[in-house]
Amino acid sequence: MKPDRKFVMLIAALVIALFFLPFVTDALLGRGWVRILDFAMLYIMLALGLNIVVGYAGLLDLGYIAFFAVGAYCYALTDSPHLAQAFPMLFPVGVHLPFWIVLPMAALVAGGFGVLLGAPTLRLRGDYLAIVTLGFGEIIRIFLNNLNAPVNLTNGPQGISFIDPISVLCVSLNKTQTFFGIAFPSVHLYFYLFLAFTALVIFVSQRLEKSRIGRAWMAIREDEVAASAMGINTRNLKLLAFAMGAMFGGASGALFAGFQGFVSPESFSLMESIMVLCMVVLGGMGNIAGVILGGVLLALLPEVLRNIVVPLQQALFGRTLVDPESLRMLLFGSALIVMMLYRPAGLLPSRLRRREFGGDDAAAEESVYDATH
Amino acid sequence: MTDSLLEISGLKVAYGGIHAIKGIDLHVASGELVALIGSNGAGKTTTLKTLAGLLHPAGGQIRYDGKSLDSVAAHRRAAMGIALVPEGRGVFARMTIEENLLMGAYSRSNNSEIATDLERMYGLFPRLGERKDQLAGTLSGGEQQMVAMARALMSRPRLLMLDEPSMGLAPLMVQKIFDTIRDIAALGMSILLVEQNARLALEVAQRGYVMESGAIMLSGAAGELLGSDAVQRAYLGG
Repeated sequence: MKPDRKFVMLIAALVIALFFLPFVTDALLGRGWVRILDFAMLYIMLALGLNIVVGYAGLLDLGYIAFFAVGAYCYALTDSPHLAQAFPMLFPVGVHLPFWIVLPMAALVAGGFGVLLGAPTLRLRGDYLAIVTLGFGEIIRIFLNNLNAPVNLTNGPQGISFIDPISVLCVSLNKTQTFFGIAFPSVHLYFYLFLAFTALVIFVSQRLEKSRIGRAWMAIREDEVAASAMGINTRNLKLLAFAMGAMFGGASGALFAGFQGFVSPESFSLMESIMVLCMVVLGGMGNIAGVILGGVLLALLPEVLRNIVVPLQQALFGRTLVDPESLRMLLFGSALIVMMLYRPAGLLPSRLRRREFGGDDAAAEESVYDATH
Repeated sequence: MTDSLLEISGLKVAYGGIHAIKGIDLHVASGELVALIGSNGAGKTTTLKTLAGLLHPAGGQIRYDGKSLDSVAAHRRAAMGIALVPEGRGVFARMTIEENLLMGAYSRSNNSEIATDLERMYGLFPRLGERKDQLAGTLSGGEQQMVAMARALMSRPRLLMLDEPSMGLAPLMVQKIFDTIRDIAALGMSILLVEQNARLALEVAQRGYVMESGAIMLSGAAGELLGSDAVQRAYLGG
């Protein structure tokens, strides 16, 4: 993409629009929506990270949320009073490292876990890999749940609370700050922080996709034997895919912990892994814009339902007949079925996937199956 | 045989406890086209995969260009000039023809040379040049075979290993592919050709090996093998 005038204008317009977005949602939809947008962005970051593993390298990972958990607990352990309470001898006042140190640390630790998952699964593909990764995700969650004895490392199911909020340049994001006479509530500040990180994740994803590494991943996805015969070090590149994906997950986990102020194992259930995978698949595997769209849609869906279905039922029947949570699963399931039938390549498929599924007429005409096929 | 580019002696390969290759000797001289023929399950593909580094030998020696390949990983062998066109072609289906060919040059770094070679491939396979932006998965079997061969050539190999290039192709296409193999060999490339279609393979090759249940049964000049009674009876239906 060349940085021509039109492109620069578009980016500028987007930046301005996103800057005002939290104020607009506050005014139009009510107070709670910026927080929902914050979560949506965490999901987008997660989905883009998983897209590296699943979309680029073709390694089906059903335990991706484990890396989010690792990142979140990294931040939670270092920046909360928990360590000081659990190990008063070792950490009399806790650790409390600044955010800019903990964030890369969380990413690196999660990346290490990515390699830990990748190394024993190098020979597995498809369904078999999915089963092992699913197990890995559950192992991490169960560990977090049970590591409160014999030494209280994770505080078990109660989780870790009183996590220090994120502060950027000595400005705490946890309270309303006033700049140039405009008051920015905490959720707005987090919105801008997450927006910046999402932009960074998008940028890195895009560079990876076009890079030599990205092309090697795609070759591995298509045919591992041939890729290896081309001179691609398939072992290292698969490990790198796991590690890169895990690092994105870990970094968003740290952001989540700082934003939420509380983490517990139940935030990292299998359903969350599946949710993130669905964002990738629904939007269009391997395509950054598609993955973002999938993330936005699936992150906002439950909130939209809650805000529409309940008042609607109240107005119609005077009481809530169907719980929005169960309706969510119903809609979600039907959406997936409809997708499989009508848009198997995703809502915004990548250029190649679109052609593969014959959506592009020109390509469909070109494809010639001669007698040999 | 001091000028052999590839020299295999006593090579053994096993899958678990099953011995697929039971100690074979084989050599390919520089610029030579050697055919390795035999029926299904004889161990031909296993031999090529072992040479490419995708399988590990249980015994024996592989020497390439005078050096032992024992501890050389698969991806390093590609950089040393050993190229494999895998069985079933193994094209990158969801990548375009051009992207496939560029993957072949993965271990090379000189971009202008790669661009020149790309043009050379389109000259060798004009059909690929016409469709360079088409997804490889949407091509016919013969065209995919061309992609696989061109992709292997993009690594500027010294030894080209072809695994069953005629598999699943229409007779006309088979003829085309073998004409191309002859052309490539005429340029001085060393080729190890694995085929079930014994007649075709022996017609283009200079020498041949006949493999059966993991061992080499016969070897010799291609013309002699083509005329020999044993080969006639076993593989050529005569």
